[in-house]
Amino acid sequence: MGEPKPNLYSESFPIEGGNFNSAGIVSTGIKSILKKLGIPGDIVRKAAIVSYEAEINVVSYAKKAVVNLTVVPGAVCIEVIDEGQGIPNIDLAMQEGYSTADQKIREMGFGAGMGLCNIRNYSDDFHIESEVGKGTHLKMTIQTP
Amino acid sequence: MNVEAIVAALGLEVKCGREGLGREVTGGYTGDLLSDVMGNSKEGYIWITRQVHQNIVAVASLKEHAGIILINACEPAAETLQKAEAEKIPVMVSDLPAFELSGRIYNLLTSQS
Ligand SMILES: Nc1ncnc2c1ncn2[C@@H]1O[C@H](COP(=O)(O)OP(=O)(O)OP(=O)(O)O)[C@@H](O)[C@H]1O
Ligand SMILES: [Mg+2]
Repeated sequence: MGEPKPNLYSESFPIEGGNFNSAGIVSTGIKSILKKLGIPGDIVRKAAIVSYEAEINVVSYAKKAVVNLTVVPGAVCIEVIDEGQGIPNIDLAMQEGYSTADQKIREMGFGAGMGLCNIRNYSDDFHIESEVGKGTHLKMTIQTP
Repeated sequence: MNVEAIVAALGLEVKCGREGLGREVTGGYTGDLLSDVMGNSKEGYIWITRQVHQNIVAVASLKEHAGIILINACEPAAETLQKAEAEKIPVMVSDLPAFELSGRIYNLLTSQS
């Protein structure tokens, strides 16, 4: 066991559920921070995709959330902890095409049932936990060279 | 081929983001489902869609698209134009439906080089 890895960067951001006008603001912020830190472009883009999908899910299905961005040597970690309805069946929610999005959400182009799949596909490590009536906790890790 | 050359070849109406017209177009993706576009498009792509809501700007910005083209003479929302202008992302409008517009852009991009 080595020394704990020093944090190169860490910051937390709040997300407000239901507000589609500001949706994407947190992922855009995360992207510009990672760029400024000199993280390679392909990794920044992966982080942007996973944080955007998680952010939209909070806006669509939860009351509020906090996003923790942590950059350590070798990895970018993005954790999204929301308070909301939670996910009754995670295996089902992870299936491509499964969506409970309502008409209003679908009209804006969301609700393809692909967001969680994108998160899984674009992160190197992905954990999801959820409790119905309480909320959902996502943890995504993207490796850096 | 840059965005401006596509605008000229297809007679697109440029709604905003003129500063980005010099950007090189590396490919294209057609779709109205934002997570589909998030997952399957790449940086430098031109995005062809009928979505006009401001959320398209966040997607195009995060994915570093070269521009957005709205099909069927769709009118972009005012907030979409404001945000895209700030991000220097060209938003253009075509009278053509998605199938025809995509085909023409595909031909333009593959006939050169
Ligand atoms: N944070 C969350 N809280 C509660 N339910 C969620 C949350 N995230 C996802 N879900 C549930 O899981 C389903 C699948 O989510 P996913 O992001 O894969 O697709 P979507 O949001 O429905 O559509 P898309 O992301 O393609 O626009 C959602 O429809 C919703 O029922
Ligand atoms: Mg989603």
